[in-house]
Amino acid sequence: MDRAQAEGLVDVAYTETDSPVGRLLVAVTDRGLVRVSFQRERREDVLEELAERLSPRVLEAPRRLDEVRRELDQYFQGERTEFELPLDWSLTSTPFRRKVLERTAQVPYGATISYRDAAEAAGNERAVRAAGTALGANPIPIVVPCHRVLRTGGALGGYGGGLDAKRFLLDLESGRSTVTGR
Amino acid sequence: MAGTRSPHVKLPPFQLLLDRHSGELFRFLSASVGPVDAEDAFQDTFLSALRAYPKLRDASNLRAWLFQIAHRKALDVHRARGRNPIPVEQVPEVAVSVGGDAEPALWRAVRRLPDKQRTAVFLRFAADLDYAQIGQALSCSEPAARQNVRAGLATIRKGWADG
Repeated sequence: MDRAQAEGLVDVAYTETDSPVGRLLVAVTDRGLVRVSFQRERREDVLEELAERLSPRVLEAPRRLDEVRRELDQYFQGERTEFELPLDWSLTSTPFRRKVLERTAQVPYGATISYRDAAEAAGNERAVRAAGTALGANPIPIVVPCHRVLRTGGALGGYGGGLDAKRFLLDLESGRSTVTGR
Repeated sequence: MAGTRSPHVKLPPFQLLLDRHSGELFRFLSASVGPVDAEDAFQDTFLSALRAYPKLRDASNLRAWLFQIAHRKALDVHRARGRNPIPVEQVPEVAVSVGGDAEPALWRAVRRLPDKQRTAVFLRFAADLDYAQIGQALSCSEPAARQNVRAGLATIRKGWADG
């Protein structure tokens, strides 16, 4: 494995890590963090997607994810309010979706915006439904905080990791939650 | 990295391939080159496969493809030994305990077979490939694969009876 890394043969490195919202699969490329997936997505399906869309040289290489895991752990312990990880947007296929997610990435810890705000930032305030789809397809949840996007009026809306996870993350950021308080 | 991959071939994530086949590849290599060299031969197999993987044009029998590479790496080890032969008498008896309940002396007899017969026998009995897959790994037909296994077994049986 070390030689494979040294020779640059591992195009997509991944590992799995425990979190208060369940087991997460995290994956990086040379460019940065490319994927975070929740337990409800089958590991094989996520790996197949990475193989098909990025490169079939997908390998489990936990050490390449050390920094990602460190920042996630700090976040879940309430010790980190901003991620400093480089991101790889390769899995976001359209400019509209990219804009929606980039706007979402700027929403500060503890704050929220509406789906309409996200659509507006992407240049089309009427494309609320499309913005919802873009957020639902967020390949890097938690780090690109799509949980901070709510329905106008404050209803939770949807979440790829399940609404319990979304509620947990919002509570965590508002200081109302403890690790055991799911 | 997207530029190096073949179009229209759907390759599974390499890790899944490894999870599925590393055990049997290692068993094959242990049987074929012995446990001392198996580790290196496995690493070489893994690296060669990983290097070639994105350029693969046919994903229909990846298992046979992996064994084909392992077979070549095993040949490399056998050739290197041919240049630096180790007398069989000096190999400690206890060093070989691979292939489950297989008799070590029997495996050693298999290792003295000609290249193709040896590999065919190990692919059949250490890795449990069928004859079609052995044919793919050895780049020969299914009947030829069967013939190599049969000939190998005959030679061993003869040696066994004579010994």
